[in-house]
Amino acid sequence: MRAFVFGICMFLAGVLPAQASITPPDELVRSVTNEVLEIVRQDRGVRSGDPDKVMALVHDKVLPHFNFRRMTMLAVGRDWREASPEQQQRLVDAFLTLLVRTYSNALTQYRDQTVAFLPLRAASGDTNVQVRTEVRQSGAQPIPIDYMLERTDAGWKVFDVVVAGVSLVTNYRSTFAQEVRAGGIDGLIRSLENRNRELEQGAART
Amino acid sequence: MKSKHAAQFKLVSGGARGLAAAACIVVLASGCASTPRNPDDPLEGYNRAMFSFNEGVDKAIAKPVAQVYEKATPKPVRTGVHNFFSNLTDPWIGLNNLLQGKPGEAFSDWMRFLFNTTFGIAGLFDIASEAGLPKHDEDFGQTLAVWGVGDGAYVVLPFFGPRTLRDATATPLDFSANGVSRIDHVPTRNSLLALDAVQLRATLLPAERALEGATLDKYAYMRDFYLQQRRYKIHDGNPPVEYEDFDGAHAPGTSGGIAAVAAEAAVSRLELVEPGSVGPLSAAPLPQHGR
Repeated sequence: MRAFVFGICMFLAGVLPAQASITPPDELVRSVTNEVLEIVRQDRGVRSGDPDKVMALVHDKVLPHFNFRRMTMLAVGRDWREASPEQQQRLVDAFLTLLVRTYSNALTQYRDQTVAFLPLRAASGDTNVQVRTEVRQSGAQPIPIDYMLERTDAGWKVFDVVVAGVSLVTNYRSTFAQEVRAGGIDGLIRSLENRNRELEQGAART
Repeated sequence: MKSKHAAQFKLVSGGARGLAAAACIVVLASGCASTPRNPDDPLEGYNRAMFSFNEGVDKAIAKPVAQVYEKATPKPVRTGVHNFFSNLTDPWIGLNNLLQGKPGEAFSDWMRFLFNTTFGIAGLFDIASEAGLPKHDEDFGQTLAVWGVGDGAYVVLPFFGPRTLRDATATPLDFSANGVSRIDHVPTRNSLLALDAVQLRATLLPAERALEGATLDKYAYMRDFYLQQRRYKIHDGNPPVEYEDFDGAHAPGTSGGIAAVAAEAAVSRLELVEPGSVGPLSAAPLPQHGR
């Protein structure tokens, strides 16, 4: 009996705090960044730009912390409301593929830079926060990279990345709006999927 | 417009006259080409033509030369050259900080110039940054913005690339206030200007490699990139940020209730905002970065 009670206590001690406290956003960004950079430093395949290795790294370590639905919504803008749930899902898939393909390249450019984590400016009740970092390298100005995160039941999720003042997400908005004006939501989906196919063929060639 | 272009060309060099003529022909030829109308970009037809012209010049001359420069020089040399030109911009950056009501930053910029010119050996070494005096990024276009001058239309200048109308007006002043263009000995001046252009182009090569293929429409992507980063710089890295919710499903309970009313209000408020004018971004372009 005593062992049983002890067991219950251990169970509660182990589980309850885990649910009550999700990783704070700044710690999340720090730990994911450090983990990924450590892998890039160690893994020759990633550093030499092996597409499979880079993709695997991004899919395993980075993407679980992103909310791609919200990112796509922000990129599409007000036309998002006109899209059916099926169209929305195809947009999310196509945009995710485009972003991953494009920005995975950036990882392979990583060499001797260091990433500094700036102090978090947020109140404890905030559900949207900005985590600011700086990529520093000798002989060049630091490049600010800010992550916008929102609190969800599954932990903090990134919904935008802002590099030197430019949002990688909303920078697509007017291009997307232009595609929708020309060919409707389906036209935008087609353009994205075509571009992804071109990128895939380009990657296969090299 | 025309006289401004002429002035720009003269600044670049006398030999640019042929290119100027070519640029005019490109613009005239495509002046009536139909492009999608975008309320944020009234000069889009002209801009797209000039953008292609600049891309052509870049592909034929600037990029190959920058690639040779990158291959032929070791990194420390490139860093020294970059620091040398960067140092010459600090007095003007300081003056603009002063004009924007930031005397502390202005003083810091002038101290940078003093330290780097002397102890940093004519600016080859950026010791001021190591000593805790960070490089700032200011120009007269930003000063005008702080004084309340609006952006004006987006415009692509020949060779100089993306600008807002306000910044295009300020560009000749920024250009002539740069230490290099005030050198009297013309061959020296032109050689230095050319070297500056080459080293600046070379700093963009890595970013360009990383971003290859990111866009559906390179012109529009570069335009929005420029405008976003510009806004970011004008606000010294803290532009007002707003993220809208375009997702009906996100708004809880469309069947009445306070939440629904609030969501409705939020949406109708957002409708009044042009997509281009919102967003965390409206700030600055690749070619301007890293000085």
